[in-house]
This record gives sequence, structure tokens and C-alpha cells, in this order.
Amino acid sequence: MRKTVPLWVMLAVVLAAFLLTRLGGNRYIYFAGYFVLQYIVLATAWNVLGGYTGYVNFGTAAFFATGAYTALALILAFKATLPVQILAGGLTAGLLGLGIGYLTLRLRGVFFSIATLALSVVLQTVVSNWAYVGGGRGLSIIRPKAPELFAGHAEYLFVVMVLLAAGSVALAWWIENSWLGRGLAAIRDNEEAAECMGVPTLRLKLFATTASGFLMGVAGTPFPYYVTLVEPGSVFSLDYAVNSLAMPMIGGTTTWVGPVVGAILLGTAQQVATVTISSELNLLIVGIVLVAFVMLAPQGIVGLVQRLFHRRSR
Amino acid sequence: MAWSGTSGTWRRVVGTALIAVVALGMVWAPAARAADPIKIGFGMALTGALAGNGKAALMAMKMWAEDVNKKGGLLGRPVELVYYDDQTKPAAVPGIYTKLLDVDKVNFIVSGYGTNVIAPLMPIAVERKLLVMGLFGMANNEKIKYKNYFQIMPSGPQPALGWSQGFFEVAAMQQPKPQTIALVGADAEYPHNALEGAREHAKHYGFKVVYDGKYPPSTVDYTPIIRAIKATNPDLVYVASYPPDTAGIIQAAQEVGLPAKMFGGGMVGLQFAALQTKLGAKLNGVVNYEFYVPEPTLKFEGINEFLARYQAQAEKAGVDPLGHYIPPFAYAYVQILGQAVEATKSLDQAKVAEYIQTHEFSTIVGKVKFAPNGEWAKSRVLMVQFQNIQGSDVAQFKKAGTRVVLYPQESKSGTLIYPYTKAQK
Amino acid sequence: MVSLDLLLNAIVAGILLGGFYAAVSLGISVSFGLLDIVNIAHPAFVILGSYTAYAMNRFFDFDPLLTGLLFTPIFYALGEVVYRLYYMGFERKGEESLRGLVFFFGMLFIIEVALLLAYGVDYRMIEARYVGQSFHIGVVGIAFRLLLPCLVGLMVTVALHLFLSKTFYGRAIKAVSQDSQALRLMGVNPVKIKRIAFALSIATASLAGALLILIGPVEPSIGREYIGRVFAIVVLGGMGSISGTLAAAVILGVVESLTSTFSGPSWAPAVSFGILLVVLAVRPAGLFGR
Repeated sequence: MRKTVPLWVMLAVVLAAFLLTRLGGNRYIYFAGYFVLQYIVLATAWNVLGGYTGYVNFGTAAFFATGAYTALALILAFKATLPVQILAGGLTAGLLGLGIGYLTLRLRGVFFSIATLALSVVLQTVVSNWAYVGGGRGLSIIRPKAPELFAGHAEYLFVVMVLLAAGSVALAWWIENSWLGRGLAAIRDNEEAAECMGVPTLRLKLFATTASGFLMGVAGTPFPYYVTLVEPGSVFSLDYAVNSLAMPMIGGTTTWVGPVVGAILLGTAQQVATVTISSELNLLIVGIVLVAFVMLAPQGIVGLVQRLFHRRSR
Repeated sequence: MAWSGTSGTWRRVVGTALIAVVALGMVWAPAARAADPIKIGFGMALTGALAGNGKAALMAMKMWAEDVNKKGGLLGRPVELVYYDDQTKPAAVPGIYTKLLDVDKVNFIVSGYGTNVIAPLMPIAVERKLLVMGLFGMANNEKIKYKNYFQIMPSGPQPALGWSQGFFEVAAMQQPKPQTIALVGADAEYPHNALEGAREHAKHYGFKVVYDGKYPPSTVDYTPIIRAIKATNPDLVYVASYPPDTAGIIQAAQEVGLPAKMFGGGMVGLQFAALQTKLGAKLNGVVNYEFYVPEPTLKFEGINEFLARYQAQAEKAGVDPLGHYIPPFAYAYVQILGQAVEATKSLDQAKVAEYIQTHEFSTIVGKVKFAPNGEWAKSRVLMVQFQNIQGSDVAQFKKAGTRVVLYPQESKSGTLIYPYTKAQK
Repeated sequence: MVSLDLLLNAIVAGILLGGFYAAVSLGISVSFGLLDIVNIAHPAFVILGSYTAYAMNRFFDFDPLLTGLLFTPIFYALGEVVYRLYYMGFERKGEESLRGLVFFFGMLFIIEVALLLAYGVDYRMIEARYVGQSFHIGVVGIAFRLLLPCLVGLMVTVALHLFLSKTFYGRAIKAVSQDSQALRLMGVNPVKIKRIAFALSIATASLAGALLILIGPVEPSIGREYIGRVFAIVVLGGMGSISGTLAAAVILGVVESLTSTFSGPSWAPAVSFGILLVVLAVRPAGLFGR
């Protein structure tokens, strides 16, 4: 019974989002909402590997872009529909995660992180040389009409993103509360000890990398429809790496709640900044807040709230 | 109680006051509606890679709004520019324009600066049947073929060809006729388009392509590339590059020595003071594209006053001190919108768009008429040669004589120093 | 199209570039190779050095090499501050890896954005008499712009190598990476040694940055390209080996130069990362590593 609760919650959330879009109203909310929801997926994905397992991934952009470019390639080759793109994009990114994990996870965590950085650059170079998807200059697509149920593309992509966000959070919740989660936590706390106690560390780490990559790829697949222009500069942007790292670190890395809190706070703040003060000051603030949290509040906002409750209960 | 006592006078006073208020209201309300501004909304690159040009464009657009409002506004109403920073990020564009349209309720939209931010705007414009004025986008309308899109860069109906037309025509006129050409460019959107056009021209004019390569924008050292080009011994070298590579390539050409007869073509960056003053006399002899130079053959109505005003503000604002490249065109693309609105006396997207399709406009960058695909009906990409540059003072670029126009024929203001090596001395 | 003089020029250019890459990687060789501190923000400090050289050149007409030398003590002090912050925040070993990495990533980001705010995205170059001049030995052309950074890079590498092997503090730094317990028994505070070492690594960034802006124009985000190069060099050379760093830097420079000339420059960035991934998979200890 407990295991199926998140499934019902997930469906309820998606239904609520859909009904919201039927109400009409301001389209801008859907575009802004898409941005925040996309980061919920990315932050949750990052946290599966970063927060649960303790391995830092600097190359979020590589997986995100894999999803976006897989979707683009499918659109060009088969005029594939969005669900197909999402599945394919996620699988490709997941395989990428598996591959990079297999190459580097037997070494120290630090080498994994550097390898993820390297991966971003290598992938960007490869994509920039692949003329089919537009190479360095990128490709514009004309998107097909949104399905009948939806008022327009904004609403359609918004609901899709709600579904993906709810799904990824549900997955994170499930991992966290299963034997997988306990194994990953053991690795995070002390990998050598876990190994000695018989935890299959390599297999668990590979699982985490694959799952994390899968979710990041999935977050990237609606991108071609959202922006209609896919070019390497914007898809491989450092913003994705910084944000998907900062949001869980600020929100809290030990549970599924942290990334969601971080994504909503930071994502909304950035969206508001874009249409109000709109300057690079916004980026600088993200960096400073990140460093401050890492040094002073390593448990994130969730940790701070928990500590407050502990103090009250005494 | 006070009411019943002084009933007569009191009621009369209150009654008059009420009528006065209502009357005032009736007079004031339409006046308030008349002061209701016409809003033009857009995203502009105020931060990010193209911020230098974006900020300069915004300055020019604000100058236009000031000018229009000084003369009484558009259709009697003041013009208001509503804009947000798009950070040169295509992903920010859908959100910004949706906010402009649905929350700020602007009357017209114009684009931000650059191909990459115009692309995500197109589907929104098509979906809502809006008129779009475009600022320096290359081939954004090629696949979509939207009839209400108008682009202010003067590259002409076939941008890739119009871009390098001048270089090839001038080269073909030289005696003896050059035989070989080397093509090189950065691995990005613009250079890719420009080189495609260059290849077509090479075929058309009968030049043999002996080198055809590209480099990543992150290249540190351009000497290997120049050496590779030099090894093929080309008569002509056509380069399509962005500002950082432009600087690197010209310096590498100096270092390695490039014995070509004509060098340049499509180098972005040489239109701005920063690179002009940095490279100084190293630019002598380079043939390159321009959209506007202060030569006597290009005297358009209003351009001198505009440049004087712009240059006075530029230094403080931290933008290009010359303002020859984007600002006049940023002024022109809203100037055209304004003229069309005045002429049709309407705010209807379709009506104004139709007017723009069918009329010629007189702007500060000359006469502008649009082709059916939204580009200029006739290309007006200039080909100039840098001559007589001494030292690195910026003032010499504000005057005529340092960028001599070679093409098109009607704007020609000097003669080509050929070959390139002769101009170097 | 493999002509001999093109090949020779590519190799020579690569060697010169390698000398320069060594200068940039020295800092990481010390902080990561010897101290095990993953300072991925090092390239950002190098860029900071470049902008310092630019500002001094622009406002006071200082030669960049001069600025690089002058500011070395300032960068040393900066390194001390950063290390203190790092030490204060991340003492325990287990936590160190994840949060330490994130801390430096945050620093990288902050430095980059601060430079962006101060100087904008445009490329900045410096003016020096010797930039743009070159001389020829036979068919090979050697540009001063590349030669000087290479020579300075070599000098700094040799100086650091001598420091680490001949002086007391240098040997203490090498010792702290091998056995800090024994060091403590000898009456030396390992934390102080680590602080000196880290500060030294940041100090090299000042000169490295000056060299960088001599070679070509800089803008705030080019540090990211160097992260991969620098770590590839240190891993290929072997952790803790200065001579390994030099050798690896030259190898990387030559491979990049050859790729750039013959396969087309668009593949050059992938070279360093490709090398890194291959080394990690095949021989993580590197060429000269322990």
C-alpha cells in the first residue's frame, strides 16, 4: 500500500496541472513553470548520484544535451512523437551514464567528477561536428500541432513537464526508501566499509549513474519543442551544471524533498530576475549562495528545518 | 441632521460638486485614454555573448522613441518601449515574449539581436499572427516563409550570396584575374552561411578553391591555420570569422606573412572601434564587409545627427564608440514600424504588415524596400578596404578615408589597392 | 597533404605551447597532485591573473610579464585565504570530497561571473612590442608570442622542481603528501605546510595568467577549456611529479597542434579530454606517477 501512494499522488498532480491549463489564463505561467519543473527533474536526477551516493557530477549538460539531441534526431528522421522521444532520450542518456560510470567509477570519486566535465566538452565537440543535427550552428525545427486536448504548445509542454517532474520525484522517493537507497547511503558514508560489509558498491554506483543520466536526458527531450532552435551553445550551457548542483546543495541532499525545494526557490528566483532586474548579478548570487550553503549549512534548507524542529521538540 | 437644516443650499452645493466631478471625469477619462501609450515589446541581449551590440541597439531604439515622442508620438499617443534582458539565450525567448504579449499586453513586438534569439520567436509570431521586425538575423525565415517578418540587415533576398557578392565582384575585376581562393571560417552559424555563399560565388566567377576549412571558436593559436592556407598559395583569401578569431587571424597573417592578393571578406569585428584601434595599421589593405561607413557617398537623411547624438552617449554607456554597425539599423527597424503605423493609422498587425510589404521607406540608413521573404529587396552589403590607417586613434575611423567603399558601384568612394601586400607598406 | 615543413612547424608550435601549458598546470600539480585538493577553480585564478595583467597594461602600460611577477605575492596571499576557508569548512575526510569539490566549483563560478560583470564578455588583448614578431630557423617560424611564455613556463617549472627537492619547506610539502604523521613527529605543522603549498599553487596562477594573455585574447569563460587540459596533463604526467607535468604538457601541446593542423582545428578541444579519459581507463597512475 505504501509503495503505491506516490503513484496516486503523481497522477493527481498531473491531473490537477491539466485541469489548470483548461482554465485558460495567462500563458506566461506555463513557460515560467516549465523552466522550474525542468529543474526539479534535473536537481532530483543530480541528487540521486550526488546526494544519495556522494559522487559529484559536473556534466549535467552532457546528459541533458543527449536527451535534447536524441529527440531532435528522432524528429528529423522519423517525425517521432514526444512520448517516443522522451523514452529514447532517457535511454540514450542512461546508457551514456552507464558508460561513463563503467570507465571511471572504479577509481576515486574525484576522477569521476573530472571525467564528467571532460564528457561535456567532448560531447559538445562531437555534436558541433555532426552536420545532420545542425553542427555548430544548430537547427531550427517547425513543431507539429499540439494534441487536441491542449490549448496550445505552452500548455502541452507544461503538463508534460509536470508529469516528468512528478515521475522523477516518485522515482527518487522509491530509491530512497528501498534497499537501493540504503546501499547508496552506505557508499556515501564510507565506501570502503560498505565494500567490506558486502555491499555491491560498483553495481549500485552504476545503477545510480544510469538512473541519474536517464532522468537528465528525459529533462532535455522536450527542449527542441520548447525553444524550436537547438544549438550546442545553449544546450551545453554551464547554467545546467551549476543549477542542478546548487539546487540540491541549497535545498538539502539527503532526501527527495531537498532538490524540489531548491529547484522551486532558485528556479523561481531566476525567472523573476529575468523579467525584473535581469542581469548577471543573478548568476553571481547563485554562486555566492552555493558556496555559503556548502560551507555553513551543508544539510541545506531541509537540514536547517529539521534542526529547528529538533530544538523545538526538546 | 445637518442635511435637513440647510437642505436647499446644501443640496445645491453637493449637486454642483457632483456634476463638476462627473464633467471633469468625462473630460479627464478620454484624455487619460489619449495618454495611453503604444507599447513596443522585445527581448534584448543586455548580458551574455552579444551584450555589447544589444546594449548599443537598445540605446538607438530609445533615441527613436524620444524622437517620436518629441513630435507628438504615434497616432497622437506616446510610444513606450517594454523590454527584458534575454541574456543572449534562446531558451529565455519564449518566456519573455509570452510575458510581453499576455501580461504586459504590448501592441507590437520586435525581435532581439541575432539569429539565435529570433529563431524561437518565429513560432510564437506565426501562432499568433503577429508582425515581427527582425534585427540582424540570418535566414530565420528560410524554412518558415512567414510573410509578416521583415529583417533590417541589408544582406538582400539571398543573404548568403549577398554577403560576399562585393568581395568576389571586386576580385573578378582585377587584372590579371585571380585564379585561386582559400576559404576559412569559424565553426558556427554565420560563418557556415557566409562560406556557403562564397563557394557559390567562387564557382560562378571561376576561382578554384584550394583550401576550404573551419576551426572551433575556442582556438588559441591561428598560425597553424594561416600556414596551412599559405602552403596552398591562394590568390584570394576569404575569411568568415567572429571578433576574437578575426583578431587572431589578422595577427597570425602578419606574423606568418600572407602573400595573397586580396584578404578578408566576412570578418565580423572589424566594424567596431575595439578591434580597429587594437589592430590599427595592421588592417591596412584588408578588404571587408560593412553596412555603413562615414564616406561622402553614403549621406542618408538623419544619419549624421543620429551618429553625433549616439557617439556623445556611447563612451559613458560602455558601448562601441563609433556606432556604425548596429545602432543605425536598430533605429531604422523601429523607425519603419513607426512610419507604417502612422501611414495606416492602425494598430492591426495584418494591415501594418501589408503596408510594410508594399512600400518603400526612407530611413536613416537610406531607402529600404522588402522582398517577399522579408529580406531587403536589393542587397546593400558594402565592401570596403582599410586604407591610410596610422596608429590606433579612434577619431580617424569617424571620418571618411579610412574605410574606402569599393562596392556597390553607386556608393564607390575610392580605388582598391591591389595586391594586398602593396597596401601593407 | 603532409608536407615536411608544415609538420615541423606544427611540432615546434606544439612544444612551445606545451611549455606554456606546463606553467598553467603547475598549480594543479601541487594542489591536486601533492595535496589531494581538487581545486578545479585554478583556471579561474589563471584568468584572474590574465585580467590583472590586462588592467595593468591598459591603465599603467605595464608589461604583462612584469605584472605577473609583481602580483605573485598578492596571489600567494589570496591562496592562503582560500585555503583557510577551505580548511575551516571541510575538515573531516569523508565530507571533504563532495563538498570540497562543490566549494571550488562555486569559486570557479563566482570568479568567472565577477569578471564578466566587471569586464563584460568581449575579448581582451594586451599590447606589447614583441607580440606579432617572429623569427625563422630554416623553414620553421617561431613567434615571440609563443616562445616567451614557453621559456617562462620552463623557468617556473624548473624553479618549482628545485624548490620542492632542495629546500626545507619544499621537502616538507612532498612529505606531507606521503606521511603527515611522520611530519608531525618531526615538529612540523602539516596544516601550515599544506597552506604554504596551496598558496604557492595559486601564486603560480599570476604568472600563468600573464602568459595566457600574451598568447592570445582572453574572456572570462575560457578558463573552462583549460580545466580539461590541466587535469589531463596532471593525470597523464602522474600525480605528484613536476617533471611528469612538464612532459605531459609538451605531449598534449604537440598532439593538439598536430590535430589542429592536419585533422582540422575543430577536433582540438576533444584531444585533451580524449587523452584524459583514455589515461584514466588504462593507466590512472600516469607516466611518472607513484
